[in-house]
Amino acid sequence: MSEGTTKQFLYVNRKAPHGTVYALESLEVVLIGAAFEQDVRLAFLDDGVFQLMKGQDTTGIGTKNFAPTYKALGDYDVNKIYVEKESLDERGLTEDDLMPLTYEDEDDDWAEKSSIKIVSRAEMADLIDSSDVMFNF
Amino acid sequence: MAILHTVNKSPFDKNSLERAIGCAKDGSAVLLIEDGVYGALKGASSSSMVEDAMKTVKVYALSEDVSARGVNERVMDGIELVDYAGFVKLAADHSQVQSWL
Amino acid sequence: MANIDVNGTSVEVDEEGYLVDRSVWNEEIGSHMATIDDCELTDSHWEVIKFLREYYDEYQIAPAVRVLTKAIGKKLGKDKGNSKYLYELFPYGPAKQACKYAGLPKPTGCV
Repeated sequence: MSEGTTKQFLYVNRKAPHGTVYALESLEVVLIGAAFEQDVRLAFLDDGVFQLMKGQDTTGIGTKNFAPTYKALGDYDVNKIYVEKESLDERGLTEDDLMPLTYEDEDDDWAEKSSIKIVSRAEMADLIDSSDVMFNF
Repeated sequence: MAILHTVNKSPFDKNSLERAIGCAKDGSAVLLIEDGVYGALKGASSSSMVEDAMKTVKVYALSEDVSARGVNERVMDGIELVDYAGFVKLAADHSQVQSWL
Repeated sequence: MANIDVNGTSVEVDEEGYLVDRSVWNEEIGSHMATIDDCELTDSHWEVIKFLREYYDEYQIAPAVRVLTKAIGKKLGKDKGNSKYLYELFPYGPAKQACKYAGLPKPTGCV
């Protein structure tokens, strides 16, 4: 696909996992959409930051635990993951409370790098502003 | 007998927890379930409201929902975790259950 | 829904032949599913099937074929991490067909 037709896709995730189906639906759409080789970015803000919490274990509530699937995003070349700092702060969380998500950089001898970037609310606004296509969950 | 107030919405998304606490009389209980367990977080914008409430009201959180969301380490002191059986016992031990959806 | 008979045990599969309950899977079921498709599983097939099961255990997802190819190359070497090798083993599509014998759901992103 030529550079000219590549669009910036932004998936905006604002819902907590498990309580509603939004988070799982978003993840499935991202994985399916990854095949189209567009410039994909994922934004996690508000309760959406809870989707990336470490140590989620759904055994007790009897639902599918899709948290480990976020770790596969790097394999799907989805490696631009933006988490809003203000949303973490409001919830008493830091980046250390989140699962480490990584990818291997093809242009840097397959070095393992973090996919997560913590951004401010102002940077989040810029990110939304600069996207061509947005999916809201 | 006192009322058991259950809250199943995140305090960062809905005002259900705030309303439940506002209506919980001395000696009644608040049980956080589903996304409501995020109301148990320490160091969050909701924490001081919950700490204040705990002076007069007993606050519980459902352990299965806490584990599902990976927030075990972030639950504030003073909140008691109960399992599904504990939920049933709480419901039986109170005169009524008011669900803040 | 349908059932297939594996050495006297009835196993439930969906309309496309994928196992309904992943937890009942064993190698015998995998081999039997392959036989239905006129495919005999060799060590090379099992290498891919086992890889898929490990991937699913870790990520709770069956990888898309592009992801599978890359990951196999990394784990088992470049001579195996390419479409030609994988399509020779699994002519109906490496992810789709191998996932079926591995007792996994159809890969996400696979239509």
